[in-house]
Amino acid sequence: MRRMMTGNQAVVEAAVRAGCRFFSGYPITPVSDLMEYMARRLAQVGGVFIQMEDELGAITAAIGASWAGKKSMTATSGPGFSLMQEGIGYAAMTETPVVVVDSQRGGPSTGQPTMPSQGDVLQARYGSHGDYPIAVLAPSDIQEVYDLTIKAFNIAEALRTPVVLLMDAFMSHMAEPVSEGEYEILERKVHPPGPVERPYEPGEDLVPPFPVFGRGNLVSVTGLTHDEKGVPRPEDNRVHATLIRRLFGKFERRKDLLEDVRTMGDGRRLVIAYGMMGRLAEALVDRGYRLLRPRVLWPAPTGPLKREMAEADVVYVVEMNIGKYSLVVKRVAEELGIEVHSISILGGRIPTPSELEAMME
Amino acid sequence: MSFWDFFRRERWPHIFCPGCGIGMVLNALWKAFEETEQEPEKWAFVSGIGCTARAPAYMRVDSLHTLHGRAIAFATGLKLGNPELNVMVFSGDGDIASIGGNHLIHAARRNMDLKVIMINNGIYGMTGGQLSPTTLPGLRTTTTPMGNYDYTMGTAELVAHLGANFSARWTTAHIVMVKEAIKRMIPKEGFCFLEVVSQCPTNFGRRNRMEDPRKMLQFMKEHSVHVSRVGQLGAYFEEPVFVVGTFADRDRKGYVARLREAGYFESF
Ligand SMILES: Cc1ncc(C[n+]2csc(CCOP(=O)(O)OP(=O)(O)O)c2C)c(N)n1
Repeated sequence: MRRMMTGNQAVVEAAVRAGCRFFSGYPITPVSDLMEYMARRLAQVGGVFIQMEDELGAITAAIGASWAGKKSMTATSGPGFSLMQEGIGYAAMTETPVVVVDSQRGGPSTGQPTMPSQGDVLQARYGSHGDYPIAVLAPSDIQEVYDLTIKAFNIAEALRTPVVLLMDAFMSHMAEPVSEGEYEILERKVHPPGPVERPYEPGEDLVPPFPVFGRGNLVSVTGLTHDEKGVPRPEDNRVHATLIRRLFGKFERRKDLLEDVRTMGDGRRLVIAYGMMGRLAEALVDRGYRLLRPRVLWPAPTGPLKREMAEADVVYVVEMNIGKYSLVVKRVAEELGIEVHSISILGGRIPTPSELEAMME
Repeated sequence: MSFWDFFRRERWPHIFCPGCGIGMVLNALWKAFEETEQEPEKWAFVSGIGCTARAPAYMRVDSLHTLHGRAIAFATGLKLGNPELNVMVFSGDGDIASIGGNHLIHAARRNMDLKVIMINNGIYGMTGGQLSPTTLPGLRTTTTPMGNYDYTMGTAELVAHLGANFSARWTTAHIVMVKEAIKRMIPKEGFCFLEVVSQCPTNFGRRNRMEDPRKMLQFMKEHSVHVSRVGQLGAYFEEPVFVVGTFADRDRKGYVARLREAGYFESF
């Protein structure tokens, strides 16, 4: 069965389907209606919703709920996403599963509240201070919003990590039919009840089992650099390096979940585009272009980028920002000696396929 | 529950300076838990950043040492994520009243079911003794080297005005009252707040001719006035005065109960 949903509704339906039972948010265009829909939906499924006093509180309350064992999320846009960055770093450091939706609008500052943008694509990856990995997903249509929201929860739970779902002001409110088929839902590994000596001792997959608060695990969790017992060791260079490298290591081991691209067409002119621009660029496939559309933007899909670029004479990166993701593509292209053109679209008006093609000439 | 049932012996020595008042409050907390037969497994502690915020990691409980200012917001999520859990926030005055002031205000307004102990040492201890919104008039900090000319925040009074179920202020010179206030908070629903004025000999006493912690305890005793004598106006004194006592003790419905009534937590 297919149901019409806006992007924001699809996020809510998919989140509930994935088992999300806690949402904390703060109103902001273009996700206010996502939050409103969530307030109603969570009441129906035995969940909890809270409108916090600001985004600093929204992200941190979501992290707090995750330590109670709840799948939790928040949603925001530009200014709110900036406020959430310290919290996202905390989730990365403490390995807390949490999903953050950022529906991008034109920035910096208050910018263009109602207009789509892809200006946060580097902030989503690097927005908090220090060294940490994170997963960032970018759907191109409403079915993908649904599918990738479920995937975002799966990655968060399996890797004990924050995950960002990057949408935009257009996609939040565009409506399309969505089919809610079969999905694999992943749950975090948890410690059995009773005291845990080494809460940060990782398993084979480098992910430590999660100590849910209230089950007598009696663990102390900190954003300070900590050893496997959870003891703060902020001045030990080896403990810090080991911890940070393990965080990156657990991402490297899950290529099965994290390498996710769509390819179309077979020309020697390669277009790389994601999110709303990925959808637009699909129209160029009939005009003789090859398309690479990453659905997981971070970690960057280095393998598929290399594979597809090896078949191309020229590469275009189409995005609604100053050319941010093209930096990633250029780094890979350098090794292959291929020319990369950044097609940068600013202002929030989505071009027609013909206009886009003209920009590439 | 012996002292070492509640604290993690393997984490000693702790980071607190000799003469610091945080230990006195921890002792009062343990005694309050002991006397009311609390099971530490049923408690979770949340703290922000600062000297005080390091304390929960020494307790044999689930604890979350979080971000500067956000302890109450993290605790809100934790409590709503599992309402069966007793959640206590234990953090400093800079953390809770300054950078975290907004969360304090709104948790008190919501009557969120949390216990909060705020150690007010009148300065930012961990970063070296800078001015805090709770620094009393005239006293010296590293960022008010000529003496504090800024007005002081009456945190316990503010919380009381916002409708919280419990709000009190005592000092480490009234340590029995601190323990009794904790015992009063333990069974209560809604937002319960205890401010404990405490000595920091290293970063406060040293700059105010009170490097000996006994002098600071004496100072707190001599400058304390009970709320019954000055009323809620205590916060507006222009010389160093500690207004002590209970500012609110009510039984309004807590946030969790109101959420349940609204239809959350139970599937339908
Ligand atoms: C966002 C942020 N700003 C500043 C700091 C630096 N910082 C660490 S502790 C602290 C003040 C702590 O003072 P208080 O909360 O009064 O606790 P105390 O150390 O006195 O117990 C500050 C400003 C920080 N960690 N994070």
